[in-house]
Amino acid sequence: MYFWAHEMDNIQIKISNPPNMPILSLRDVNKAYTNHKAVDNVSFEMPKGCIFGMLGPNGAGKTSLIRIITCITRADSGTIFFDGEVLNERHPEMIGYMPEERGLYKKMKVGEHLIYLAVLKGMPVQTAKKEIAVWMEKFDIDSWYNKKIEELSKGMQQKIQFISTVVHKPKLLILDEPFSGLDPINANLIKDEISNLNNEGISVIFSTHRMEQVEEICDEMVLINKGKNVLSGKVAEIKERFKENKFEISYSGNIPGGLINQETLIESKPGRLLASASSLGEMNQILAHLIQNGVVITKFEEILPSINEIFIKTVTASGEAVKID
Amino acid sequence: MDKLWIIIKREYLTRVKRKAFILATFLTPLFFGIFFVVITIIFAYQSDDVRKIIIQDPGEVMGNAMADSKSLYFTFSDETLEELKVRYNNKEFDGILVIPPVKDLQSRKFKVQYLSDEQLDPESNSALESELEKKLRKYKIKELGFDQEKLASLEVAITIDPDQINKKDGQEDEKLFTSLTTAVAAAMGGLMGVIMYLMVFINGSMVMRSVMEEKMSRIVEVMISSVKPFQLMLGKIIGVGAVGLTQFLIWAILIPLIGLIVSLFMGIDSSQQMMPPGSSGAEELMDSGLSPGLLIAEIQRMNWLLIIPMFILFFLGGFFIYSSLFAAVGSAIGDDMGEGQSLTIPITIPVILAFYIMIVAIRAPNSSLAVWASIFPLFSPIVMPARLAFNPPAWQIILSAGLLILSVFFFVWLSGRIYRIGILMYGKKATFKEIGKWLFSKG
Repeated sequence: MYFWAHEMDNIQIKISNPPNMPILSLRDVNKAYTNHKAVDNVSFEMPKGCIFGMLGPNGAGKTSLIRIITCITRADSGTIFFDGEVLNERHPEMIGYMPEERGLYKKMKVGEHLIYLAVLKGMPVQTAKKEIAVWMEKFDIDSWYNKKIEELSKGMQQKIQFISTVVHKPKLLILDEPFSGLDPINANLIKDEISNLNNEGISVIFSTHRMEQVEEICDEMVLINKGKNVLSGKVAEIKERFKENKFEISYSGNIPGGLINQETLIESKPGRLLASASSLGEMNQILAHLIQNGVVITKFEEILPSINEIFIKTVTASGEAVKID
Repeated sequence: MDKLWIIIKREYLTRVKRKAFILATFLTPLFFGIFFVVITIIFAYQSDDVRKIIIQDPGEVMGNAMADSKSLYFTFSDETLEELKVRYNNKEFDGILVIPPVKDLQSRKFKVQYLSDEQLDPESNSALESELEKKLRKYKIKELGFDQEKLASLEVAITIDPDQINKKDGQEDEKLFTSLTTAVAAAMGGLMGVIMYLMVFINGSMVMRSVMEEKMSRIVEVMISSVKPFQLMLGKIIGVGAVGLTQFLIWAILIPLIGLIVSLFMGIDSSQQMMPPGSSGAEELMDSGLSPGLLIAEIQRMNWLLIIPMFILFFLGGFFIYSSLFAAVGSAIGDDMGEGQSLTIPITIPVILAFYIMIVAIRAPNSSLAVWASIFPLFSPIVMPARLAFNPPAWQIILSAGLLILSVFFFVWLSGRIYRIGILMYGKKATFKEIGKWLFSKG
């Protein structure tokens, strides 16, 4: 009896106070439609509180995967854990989802529309009203409260759409191509708000086919191609893994001929040269050698591959999953 | 359940608050009132051009007497045709009616000449003809030596007086139906059938349009990340249905009310003026012993305790079956509204068929076509209400209602399966083959 109780205690501690439990964890998730396999044995973990990039070309299966996570569709097989629990019907209320195909009821007034969507996410009307007021003030749009959606410009509608996605304080925010159709000013505004929310502890999934956005914003990423997870891990680590030890050196003055090994040199222009080395240590030796010989170094930088390059490399190389841990 | 209620509330309130809805709801009965007044005035309008007609009747067939009507004044004259023609040209009168002497009393044809440069209008023409027929008949009765009263006794009005053979206890003295019952039942049945037909179509297409709008405005994916597709569909169907019902109830109160006000305003004889001349329908009805009191008594005698709940049941059944099917079709239609019309055909055909069967069912409520159509769930919402007024056997009502309830669950489920996939398919409209696949695909 005593032993049993002890066991129970242990289990409870595990559940109530999980040590760095991932917000989302997918294990061998599959989803097939009549003609093709949209999600093919995908597994990955998303740490709590990070900005997570879900990358892949159009039609790779990102939206199918998101629809499974948001409980819009069900996976054919596999397990999904949301904040430590098996994904169930109560979880969509803790998720804020802005689909790529998004819209609003044109005939509704801004205020009542936001309340409607918040209440459907399980928020009491009074709390919803308060939160909506806060957000509208933040975006400086309180005067639109009684305007109809159809009276607003596209950019204005996007702001309303964003508020409707985050107003119920979700634990997980899923944004599918959030910047498509946004002008640069609004895109920046939304970008700032995403990082504000992230600082408050909200985990964000950021799905896009535009690789450069991931480098800018995301901590972690998963690369999806043809329904498969072809690459996942921390963005910085992935870049590290795929780096080719290329370095750019800017200098003033002249580099005497024969100073740098021809195997090391990739490209040389006046004042700038591109070199490769087996490691950073070796490169430092080369730098020391240059400095000793009176070359003035103005800039030294390791050239890391862009996510785009990594993607192309990974996909063309084999199509096999590359795991980085 | 809670979310379903929120969706229903929104679907209902946004529609009811719309200006277009308020205008349509309150202006339509007003429009009907105005229409009614205008029609009454038009029918009450009689030829205002008065004609003086000279009758030449050498054989004295008319007995020297012809009653003037509102637009025709008659004078008998012995002058010759030549003299009359001169007077006609002096515009002293408008026409000459030449009645030849009756040569053959057996002949069933008789020609009377009307001489004028202007034609008689159809109304005066037929009035004149029927007046002359009466006069000639009187003349012939006299000449042939018949007894006027004996002849009159040949004309008999017959009514068939139905009564039940097997009466329940305590009903021996009471007649279950009179000759009027059938007529009233047919009218009530037809009315209920037509109301069902209109409600199914109007509501169904409203649900379909609304689903298409949601899909096209791309709100739908936002919505189903909060609620289940089935909740969204059901909420829409119920919300839109409640709007239709609201409008129907307002009209059901306002239209008779305005009708009453109009008829009071126009004077009580307006109903008689509305009857086109020649067919004195109202008089005939009165002759056969029909009075408003009797009619009301007959309507009160109907088994309303059965009819009203059954009507509501069949209304709800038909409404759910067809609205959910329309919702499914709306979800399968692509971004181009026009190209989806072909998908609605499989739904509209049963509705239209049911409507025609309903018309047959009023004439022959116990024919096997009417009976089986009123049991088949796709037809029964329209056909059964039409038959209810005719007291169909209990087993038919129970079987029909049972099948209907089962079918409601089946069709709502079926539509839900199409809907949940259809709303997420953007671009082209789906083919029937694809929709078939959706039915069996997993969530």
